[in-house]
Amino acid sequence: MSELSETTVEVNGHACRVWRKGSGPRLGFVAGFGGQPRWSPFLDALAQTREVVVPSLPGFPGGEGHHSLHTHLDWVLATRDLLVAAGLEGCDMAASSVGAGLVAEVAALWPRSIRRLALVAPFGLFVSTTEQVDPWAQTSNAYAALMCEQPERYAELNERPEDADPVEWALAQIRAVETSARIYFPLGDTGLKQRLPRIEAPTLLLWGERDRVLSLGYAEHVARHIDTAKELRVIEGAGHLCELDQPQAAADAVLQWVRQGG
Amino acid sequence: MKTMWFHLMSYPHLPADFRERYSSVWVDLPGELFDAKLAHAMYNDDLDELQLAAELGFDAICVNEHHSTAYGTMPAPGLMASALARATRDTAICILGNSLALYNPPIRVAEEVAMLDCISGGRVIAGFPVGTPMDACFAYSQNPSTLRDRWAEAYELITRAWREPEAFAFDGRYTQMRYVNPWPKPYQDPHPPIWIPGGASAETWSFCAEREHVYCHLSYYGYKAARDGMQGFWREVERAGRDRNPYRAGYLQFVGVAESREEAMKLYKEPAEYFYGNALHVDPRYGRPAGYMTEASMRAGLKSQVGAAAAKSRMNMAVDKKAREIEAIVDNGYVVVGSPDEVAEQLRTIATDLNVGHLLLLMNFGNMSRDLTEYNTRLFAEKVMPQLRDLFSEWDDPWWPTGAGPAAAEARSA
Repeated sequence: MSELSETTVEVNGHACRVWRKGSGPRLGFVAGFGGQPRWSPFLDALAQTREVVVPSLPGFPGGEGHHSLHTHLDWVLATRDLLVAAGLEGCDMAASSVGAGLVAEVAALWPRSIRRLALVAPFGLFVSTTEQVDPWAQTSNAYAALMCEQPERYAELNERPEDADPVEWALAQIRAVETSARIYFPLGDTGLKQRLPRIEAPTLLLWGERDRVLSLGYAEHVARHIDTAKELRVIEGAGHLCELDQPQAAADAVLQWVRQGG
Repeated sequence: MKTMWFHLMSYPHLPADFRERYSSVWVDLPGELFDAKLAHAMYNDDLDELQLAAELGFDAICVNEHHSTAYGTMPAPGLMASALARATRDTAICILGNSLALYNPPIRVAEEVAMLDCISGGRVIAGFPVGTPMDACFAYSQNPSTLRDRWAEAYELITRAWREPEAFAFDGRYTQMRYVNPWPKPYQDPHPPIWIPGGASAETWSFCAEREHVYCHLSYYGYKAARDGMQGFWREVERAGRDRNPYRAGYLQFVGVAESREEAMKLYKEPAEYFYGNALHVDPRYGRPAGYMTEASMRAGLKSQVGAAAAKSRMNMAVDKKAREIEAIVDNGYVVVGSPDEVAEQLRTIATDLNVGHLLLLMNFGNMSRDLTEYNTRLFAEKVMPQLRDLFSEWDDPWWPTGAGPAAAEARSA
């Protein structure tokens, strides 16, 4: 497995970090709520057999320029530009949570730009008949238990490295929450439901069994609106960010799904 | 100095065990706690109290805007101001204020304030708050990441609408209008004075200083907590090359007057404890959504927390904001109580120390009865107000509505 490398690409005039590791067919991953402040065991598991490419969306750790994005169209175009700039055009893609809601848009609007798709609990819909927690009405110390079945996993991902500036590290975390609000506030509904039928890439929906943010009822709703080949797979012992709670199981599911494409 | 009688209109009928049974006074408190029949009496009492304050010679009566809360039951301040404009003759009417980002299109504020200014004969002060997170981001679902940008755009639209003599097109990010042409125009030329309430946002200080608007520090924790905020504002005033005219600033203070301090402590114990126990009982998850504060303000706050203990924010360190019993409430300076002479002395000290010429007074707080409110207000008007009048008399107040005061009222009648 190759070493982790870091480059930056420009999106809308702002720098966005791109991490790469591993070798094999290329697989992109766009992180979920809180972003990807550090490399994770889930990404390492993917990188065993794939070249994993992890671009950072504007406003999430490693990505700048969220204040220059104002409309949902701006966000969708920025996501598309980021994936192209990171060399992910036509590749397999995985994405989680708030990132998955945007990658699903790219898959719907540029159907041939993604080969096979794995979405972990994507934002983008509001289903009034299911329970959806307000992720922006939270104190900062509530996020670990809200996002993960094992809160320590979320805490580990967000723990400040010794050499990081404490103020800037804290600000990056607050900024990531702000950015998710900027895209999805107040209900998470971006109208994605109407565009889900446009997705052509075979789509795996991965869901933490105990997702406290978006319930399994919401998952079934998402699945119903996807017309292409699809599968909903539930990861046991996991919350909203199931790739943090169960990195190996989540990575196995993603790799198995993309392998089916040959 | 100007004395201004401010009404929050807190809902006074919360159950005694409210704090234990309910998680928040704001956003999601149950509607079943609201009794419309009691509210009928409450609203009419509140209006009577404001009218009484005008009759007793307070320079202004003040209303404000909050949503989904028993902390303040006035979601539509213009409605109250309208009733007061008809019921009073020469007192200034301060709307502090309309939360600009919550109006769609915001030109509605330009219209309502202009109407009120015409009805009152130029007695209106137009307050333009951003709004609390509870009001703006949760009760009204405004995006915390764009709220301040939206506010700034609304400010530009409204002030331009008041100035432009002809219809114009406005192509904003949040508001696009082909024809901006509010009728009526304000009575005051070009528009009522603009006052901006704030907490401790450096951006608000410099905005007020540069644009020559009054900065109002609305603190529920007394002048000790306000000191940093006011000093920050005066630094920005100096940086902008303006003078230190105390009428550039306003400051809110809870006050309870009685014949003696001992009696005041007895009389105001229940309403003060009701307010600090219930009306500020806000679920912290509604208190600071990410994006509500600017990154510059957050960075400044975080730096002060991360640095040495001595560098910690004095605002957060020097003042205990959790006091809920009368002794601590008074010791911390949240509420100024005492005999008329004691209150006058404290208020003179506060106003001088903070350099504020507009003193906003909360004299009905919590579940204070109508009788006690009237007693408090009368005693203040008769025995405290005369001791404050001369303060800052060397300064003019160009931020005061031109139609307020007996002379302007006489001129209108003529």
